[in-house]
Amino acid sequence: MKDEVTKNGVNPTPMLDQLEDGPWPSFVTGLKRLRDSEGKEYAPIMNDLLGQLNHSYENRKGFWKGGTLSVFGYGGGIIPRFSEVAEQFPASKEFHTLRVMPPAGNHYTTDILRKMCDVWERHGSGLIAFHGQSGDIMFQGCTSDKAQVAFDELNEMGFDLGGAGPALRTAMSCVGHARCEQSCFDGVKAHRGIINRLLDEMHRPAMPYKFKFKFSGCGNDCVNAIHRADFAVIGTWRDDIKINQEKVKEHIAEKGRKYTIDTVVSMCPTRAISLHDDDTMEIDNASCVRCMHCINVMTKALSPGDDRGASVMIGGKRSLKVGDLMGTMIKPFIKLETDEDFEALEDFAEECMEFFADNALEHERIGECIDRIGVPAFLEAMNIEADPNMVNHPRTSSYVRTDDFQEESAKYFERKAAEAGLVVDQ
Amino acid sequence: MNEMSEKPRMPDECGVPDPFQYMHPVMVKNYGNWDYHDRPRVGVLHHVSKSGDEIWTVRAGTQRQMDVYTIRLLCDIGDNFADGHVRFTTRSNIEYMVDDESKVEPLIEELGKHGFPVGGTGASVSMISHTQGWLHCDIPGTDASGVVKGLMDMLHSEFVQEKMPNRLRITTSCCQINCGGQGDIAVNVQYTQPPKINHDLVANVCERPAVVARCPVAAIRPAMVDGKPSLEIDEKKCVCCGACYPPCPPMQINSDESTKIAIWVGGKHSNARSKPTFHKLVVAGLPNNAPHWPEVTAVVKKIVEAYKKDAKHWERMGEWIERIGWKRFFEMTDLAFTKHHIDTWTGARKTMNQSAHVHF
Repeated sequence: MKDEVTKNGVNPTPMLDQLEDGPWPSFVTGLKRLRDSEGKEYAPIMNDLLGQLNHSYENRKGFWKGGTLSVFGYGGGIIPRFSEVAEQFPASKEFHTLRVMPPAGNHYTTDILRKMCDVWERHGSGLIAFHGQSGDIMFQGCTSDKAQVAFDELNEMGFDLGGAGPALRTAMSCVGHARCEQSCFDGVKAHRGIINRLLDEMHRPAMPYKFKFKFSGCGNDCVNAIHRADFAVIGTWRDDIKINQEKVKEHIAEKGRKYTIDTVVSMCPTRAISLHDDDTMEIDNASCVRCMHCINVMTKALSPGDDRGASVMIGGKRSLKVGDLMGTMIKPFIKLETDEDFEALEDFAEECMEFFADNALEHERIGECIDRIGVPAFLEAMNIEADPNMVNHPRTSSYVRTDDFQEESAKYFERKAAEAGLVVDQ
Repeated sequence: MNEMSEKPRMPDECGVPDPFQYMHPVMVKNYGNWDYHDRPRVGVLHHVSKSGDEIWTVRAGTQRQMDVYTIRLLCDIGDNFADGHVRFTTRSNIEYMVDDESKVEPLIEELGKHGFPVGGTGASVSMISHTQGWLHCDIPGTDASGVVKGLMDMLHSEFVQEKMPNRLRITTSCCQINCGGQGDIAVNVQYTQPPKINHDLVANVCERPAVVARCPVAAIRPAMVDGKPSLEIDEKKCVCCGACYPPCPPMQINSDESTKIAIWVGGKHSNARSKPTFHKLVVAGLPNNAPHWPEVTAVVKKIVEAYKKDAKHWERMGEWIERIGWKRFFEMTDLAFTKHHIDTWTGARKTMNQSAHVHF
């Protein structure tokens, strides 16, 4: 019999039971451990949660609805969930999630994880996800009356709510400087600097729609910034790739010449690598696009240059509403070394958020907003000059008014001259 | 009631926590000063600092949705066999950092004893980045953790070895919003029927102009139905995306039959070699068949096997297909190419073959 309660009060879960076999760790086994915790307040909640989940598996439908719930001082950060099948599964009728921001780079001590477990045993269901797709720690499953006390205890431990709704969202950063030689900027500093400065926009949602930041230390983009962030900061460098020729020779001696040609030289997207007859390597750095491939393959022989910083790509998002948008290059290079450099990045982030707040329509992401008004209008609003690194190629459509083309060209040459420390004759 | 009248506790809006207080001391000391890394074995990273310091990282898969007992077990392992410092990857793998190579093997053994697979590094299939599903989402078409459990059971052997051409990253999503993100393979809900409207509820529950504005193809319009203000759908225009359902739950997009699964391939966020790409549709209309989703698993298996067999070392899924051509991809995977694979959305013409290049 489907969904029938057995005599000892345990909801049968025949569908979920089938997910306990197999070699991968089973979330169902974990849920059952919570259900079977004698004397714990959350045990009956988890019994009904399992019952409802099995009911979903039987009926191939979800049975949660949203609502409104917040803690004192905040307008967002909690995802309220009320059951639509509470008559059948009353104990889990309220099963809300607290979105909590993790430390930048997702570092924890076992001690702090244990303390989080203790809080969530006292006030929640004992179910925690590390992490949600926006980057939050997801403390799942508390009742409306426990949200405040659970938050207060987490807050006392130094943790704060993340974003939800039309607001600045929780950000993510890769492991970066903490453990990666390929990291081109201090991700912790950028991540905390921007989010903590704009925190008000996270805790009291008042934006047209969501706005996400992600920070990847290099072009490998381990936190998927270009697809998933309105504002993607991706590390890069301006000077030459560093080559240790002895290590190049060692790599070739170990892996073979043909293998090195096939996997490094031939796979360079801009054909910028040559291998000399003496097994030393030459890189045409002016053609290199800092894609990271050769460095990924030859981790000991090659590394990013010393003049490091980041690119900023704006407008990445998934399908709703106009379709997928990839972040596009807006700042090809910003130096990230001094405190002033990081402040300039924070200023730019704030300007983008202000532009978004002022110009986007309701439920429009910044990428969609820019598409609607055109990139040149966005650049003008941001006071950013056009740069060839922003495009795959110049326009192919002739439908454009160019009556100030010569003036714009003159400005371009003036800028180039100024960059080179010269003055153009008028 | 007395408690209610007390002054509420003022929150400390502390923002993103400082990670240095939780970070392994060797990582704190060598922050920004690393020299190179290598992988002594699958699941283990070895980083060497310019200072000469070394750190070993052991990566293990988790179920992401974890009960406190599992987390405490992982902590016990971290205290007894590692240095008490962990981190989580973006794909919910746990990483233990140790400052001595001799700690690596006992740690791996202990993780194995408790069923945590060690791997997910290099050219492996790492953990699937996924969403909430029936467990907690308010609009899901399918479950997330269950689909992932089935897929990772099948792909377990590819997690614990590095035998793929390059890394293979899989994502799943329970609706077309696609919170799981882009992947070499993406397993996503794809609705096949327009929403069924409960006209009794629309006027009270939905902000009608906002719902009309939400539709990407302008298929929704206000209407009076049985004397009540409601909404109606031009079903010929409707692309069944489900965008109207979150702002207007009476427009039910999910059903046990019409909610199907689609599989997409070739998404990549890394800039290595080729530019980042979006994933592309290869199969739709697969049944939402809990608890094991065998039809989905079978298709993923075929794609993984074809990629593993034919791609060159370092080619990602999308790059492999770029080289061999879509014709051969569909042949090698024994999947059908249909009119539904041809894009019809904004910019569709740019997805067509604008050349005389043909694969035979």
